[in-house]
Amino acid sequence: MNNNSHEARLALIKSKLKMRYAKEKIFKTLGIAAIVVALSMLVILFASIISTGYSAFQQTFIKLDITLEMEEIDPENTGDIEVMSRADYAGIVKSTLRQMFPDVKDRREKRDLYSIVSFGAAFQLRDMVMADPGIIGKTLTVWVPADDDLDMYMKGHIKAGEEGSGRIKEQKLEWINTLIDNGAIEKRFNTALFTNGDSREPELAGIWGAAVGSIYTMLVTLLLSFPLGVATAVYLEEFAPKNIWTDIIEVNINNLAAVPSIVFGLLGLAVFLNFFGLPRSAPIVGALVLTLMTLPTIIIASRASLLAVPPSIREGALGVGASKMQSVMHHVLPLALPGMLTGTIIGMARALGETAPLLMIGMVAFIVDIPTGIFDKATVLPVQIYLWADSPERAFMERTSAAIIVLLGFLLIMNAAAVILRKKFEQRW
Amino acid sequence: MTISRDDIIQTVGSPLIDNGNVKISCRDVNVYYGEKKAIKNVSVDIAEREITAFIGPSGCGKSTFLRCINRMNDTIKTCRVEGDITIDDENIYDRNLDPVLLRARIGMVFQKPNPFPKSIYQNVAYGPRIHGLARDKAELDEIVITSLQKAGLFNEVKDQLDQPGTSLSGGQQQRLCIARAISVQPEIILMDEPCSALDPIATAKIEELMEELHENFTIIIVTHSMQQAARVSQRTAFFHLGNLIEVNDTNTIFVNPDHKLTQDYISGRYG
Repeated sequence: MNNNSHEARLALIKSKLKMRYAKEKIFKTLGIAAIVVALSMLVILFASIISTGYSAFQQTFIKLDITLEMEEIDPENTGDIEVMSRADYAGIVKSTLRQMFPDVKDRREKRDLYSIVSFGAAFQLRDMVMADPGIIGKTLTVWVPADDDLDMYMKGHIKAGEEGSGRIKEQKLEWINTLIDNGAIEKRFNTALFTNGDSREPELAGIWGAAVGSIYTMLVTLLLSFPLGVATAVYLEEFAPKNIWTDIIEVNINNLAAVPSIVFGLLGLAVFLNFFGLPRSAPIVGALVLTLMTLPTIIIASRASLLAVPPSIREGALGVGASKMQSVMHHVLPLALPGMLTGTIIGMARALGETAPLLMIGMVAFIVDIPTGIFDKATVLPVQIYLWADSPERAFMERTSAAIIVLLGFLLIMNAAAVILRKKFEQRW
Repeated sequence: MTISRDDIIQTVGSPLIDNGNVKISCRDVNVYYGEKKAIKNVSVDIAEREITAFIGPSGCGKSTFLRCINRMNDTIKTCRVEGDITIDDENIYDRNLDPVLLRARIGMVFQKPNPFPKSIYQNVAYGPRIHGLARDKAELDEIVITSLQKAGLFNEVKDQLDQPGTSLSGGQQQRLCIARAISVQPEIILMDEPCSALDPIATAKIEELMEELHENFTIIIVTHSMQQAARVSQRTAFFHLGNLIEVNDTNTIFVNPDHKLTQDYISGRYG
């Protein structure tokens, strides 16, 4: 080859080189652009949820100076808790309000006045008396939750006298201003949101009931699906003969993973509720349905991580005379465990956010009480979000977002747990 | 000389031993992977307390044949073994023979060092522990230390027995695997290209070690290196396309082979 052609060849390569680098650059730019788009979507999502939801963590309270008259609560001085619990606490709240605004005489005006505090104020008073009957006869300063309309007004979500919203009338505005002037109105941390069950009144509604329902459902789902899934994967991957039957099983596990979740809900309705007669709306049924839904995910992830364990480890164990079972239990399973845990957490995270199958088995009911066991009626966080998002009150809008924040918090904790567990069990070979 | 895949060639040299010093005897062994015949009518004796080397070009079946001896091929679902393999006159493919028990008698060292991802101590202690060979901790310590000493590794790792076995160098890992194999006091050690992933210095150490070990163990080594076979073994078997071509004293094979194929292979004409 002479010099000329050598140089020509180099020049040819060089001329192409520029284009090759340009292609690389385009590819890199596209990759970065994709990441930027994905991240900004995420930021928009979080920003919109948090900006709508953060105000729900506060609630407007009104200060009332309440005198608990003996003749109103326990007129015959029986000291009987039964009698005290039946007293007209709503009446006490109303008379306190009348004393604060003595000018209000008209019946309709009075009704408006009563509506600035929540129904919950009466329950709060009763609970206080039940806890300590000694306060009867004294005058107490009590902060009671304001009605949700007033709360929304104080947070600036609705304006007074506005067309359409028009629920804060001129007169109500006057009362509010009087309260503000007296320092009798204040925003405080919304404890009710985290300790109460659901309620028709936004200011009394909380997510604790749904959260407990979610926790029960997830616990039972985990207890059922992890051992079942891992055992299935270990058997199929390590022990099962390779024949037409195991092929069919494998194909069907993959099919199950793709079945829409609502179908599992219908299955749960038909089998667990109608055939086995398990209680409706209970976490146990929700967990059974979610177990069916999660199992394929766990099995597939577990098989993949078993497959990733190098065969040399199995051979090493068999070579020193370990039985099949020992080689799996002592060597293969510990190495595959991190991957199995990751798959399980992914499945559990999906189950935690699942709504559709739970609607089918009645976990969509309006449930005020906090569930105390897996057979109690309950709802779960995503269903609670669904219910609140459907409510017309403006105050439920911010509570919906607040519930989403809590749900995302749950997911974050679960994923963090997955990472920690994986790090803890990870062994390198 | 060329032969095709389907040819069956009669073994030359001295595959059978007549002085009675026989540990393993194989008669008419055929191995199939599905439809494919990987080992064809192999009959050979392996002498006790000697090193036998299996040599041959890639894909000749020497590893397959080695893995028949501790029934490691059982783990491959499509693999089928025909013929008789007896160890001390006991047929290892007998229906009543337990392969787990068999593998406790036959140690194996693999091509790629494969220590368990556990501590050095746990690697060696694993075999004795599952077989219940040690009555207490002291006895187990004793077994671990002796095994590591026999494998020539103890002095290098005595201060780091709780370190992971995978943190050692390649050569040390392979000696750890040898220690693991001899910890259950097997009668036979099978080595499947134990030095192919190692540098020359580590290889020399393993060869030295084999020299010592064959006083107590029957060793079969599969190797790609003819020099290694010549250096360490007393007898050599040459495989080609599933046939056992020639078996003889290592000296005879390398100096004066009977078969043309053997001669071509050891003189480097193919392989």
